[in-house]
Amino acid sequence: MHMSTPAFTTPDALGAPALAPEIAASVRPTAAWRRLVTHRSAVVGLAVMAIYAVAAIFGPLIFPFNPAQNHLTIVFLGLGEQGHLLGTDNLGRDEILMLVYGSRYTLGLGLMAVALGLVVGVPLGAISGYFGGWVDIVIQRLTDILLAFPPIVLALGLIAGLGVSLGNVVIAVGLSSVPSFIRLVRADSLRLREMPFVEAAVALGVPSWLILARHVIPNALAPVIVQATLSMGFAILLAASLGFFGLGVQYPTPEWGSMLGEARNYIFSDPNLATIPGLAIFAAVLAFNLVGDGLRDALDPRLS
Amino acid sequence: MITYVARRVLASVPTLWGVATVVFVMARLLPGDPARVIAGVLASPEDVERIRQSMGLDKPLLVQYGYFLSSLLRFNLGTSAHTGQPVIEEIASRLPYTIELAAIALAIAVVVGLLAGIAAAIRRNTMLDLLISSFSVFGVSMPVYWLGLMMIIVFAIDFRLLPAAGAEEPTSIVMPALTLALFSLGLIARMTRSSMLEVLGQDFVRTARAKGAPIRTVVFRHALRNALLPIMTVIGLQFGSLLGGAVVTETVFAWPGVGRLLVDSIFFRDYPVMQGLVLMFGTTFVVINLLVDLLYAYVDPRIHYT
Repeated sequence: MHMSTPAFTTPDALGAPALAPEIAASVRPTAAWRRLVTHRSAVVGLAVMAIYAVAAIFGPLIFPFNPAQNHLTIVFLGLGEQGHLLGTDNLGRDEILMLVYGSRYTLGLGLMAVALGLVVGVPLGAISGYFGGWVDIVIQRLTDILLAFPPIVLALGLIAGLGVSLGNVVIAVGLSSVPSFIRLVRADSLRLREMPFVEAAVALGVPSWLILARHVIPNALAPVIVQATLSMGFAILLAASLGFFGLGVQYPTPEWGSMLGEARNYIFSDPNLATIPGLAIFAAVLAFNLVGDGLRDALDPRLS
Repeated sequence: MITYVARRVLASVPTLWGVATVVFVMARLLPGDPARVIAGVLASPEDVERIRQSMGLDKPLLVQYGYFLSSLLRFNLGTSAHTGQPVIEEIASRLPYTIELAAIALAIAVVVGLLAGIAAAIRRNTMLDLLISSFSVFGVSMPVYWLGLMMIIVFAIDFRLLPAAGAEEPTSIVMPALTLALFSLGLIARMTRSSMLEVLGQDFVRTARAKGAPIRTVVFRHALRNALLPIMTVIGLQFGSLLGGAVVTETVFAWPGVGRLLVDSIFFRDYPVMQGLVLMFGTTFVVINLLVDLLYAYVDPRIHYT
């Protein structure tokens, strides 16, 4: 059995005062190997994200073809057939082309959904923790209610109510990331409002909104960045699952989830059609999770 | 203790009320005229009007809200627009399938997740740890619907070992349960690993080892007990994510539970059923959270229940 070495180590090189033993463990040299691996996986995640970003941003320049164009003479081509590296779908459209154009929808939806979660969740969390009292109680009760619904159920319910559109997918997915941001920022905000620099600002008569914007929120951002990265992975999963159900981006628009939903109909005849877009979603989510974990280790060892 | 239980139970009442209100608002967002949807395309305007009146849709919104809440308290969720059956019966006939699926998936996730997490913590920084840790990240990142499709391709199409869909055969549950379990398994393994690492580094563990207690005793008797509380919270939260995952898993494998009923009700525009199900999902989660909290207080003597 691996017994950990005694916790009496020299303070962190950065001069962080009085680290608790479990925090010291993460900066101890024996843990260096593990941190190396963690960082290595974060680097892999970053590389995948970079590839996807290039595909989404420059894809249409690299592949200047219309992804909506059907080629009914070359449907269901296998891998590598007639120069189509990943084959073609039921409408004869090249899978790579579909993936590249689809990355814009899948990643774009995730990005906008998390942005919505941030814009709504961060200020509410800061207000909730900073002011306390009944404002806090109301915001926390609302958060509890939002958390009561499994995200997919909430998203399906909202889509059923609001109708199927890109904007509504963003709302449906984004709403489920709001509670985690509220909770995180609230916790930091509770701590920060007792800090001398915030008290000094209050004493100087700085208006509350400015204290929140200048002093509270900026100091609460580290865990928010980690959470936003992890939320991005989850948002991609959720948006693609709506597409899969046929309640998100509609086929034949090449969103990865809707590609997967359509491929389900041909699973016996052409299983590759289901394998490829799913792998793309999986790799994207994995990349965000790996980077999120790496960021957590880098930004706040206490959370790991 | 009794005061704590009573307080905690009372505190969940506003949340339940909020859940019901969200569902009511959601139902009002729905496009189209519910009375017309229920009456059908061929109904005469008089029929639609009659249904509207019988559903109370001609009353002011606040009155409708009152009706809604009071019928909820009597467990009346209306009738399905698709089958004409009471919604509560529709849900009750499907619920056992979802409970069976979720229970088996949770059992797999807890047993395998705990053992994997403990193994990774004990063999920290070895290949085994790396393998288990990577597996748990994979599990959390895997799109459930894709995993399901891949399983169908491999086990139903290529090897013809398991049925691809439905619930007719005894082996039908294998693939849905494994698919559903993976996400929670990854989370539980991860939480167990970090929680165990924290406890294993503490003095009393070192003392136990120093006095010559066998490793198995130290791990399971001393360390695991103390590491279990945060793990319990994660397991409790898994009920919610399992219910959500069931929506997707049941659809992929055509498993006849409430998750698939939800998706079907959206496609059939069967709003009463949809509303009832969303309400059921929300309520279940609140109640489970309450039970986990109470269990937590019961198990952990450090929590003062006042």
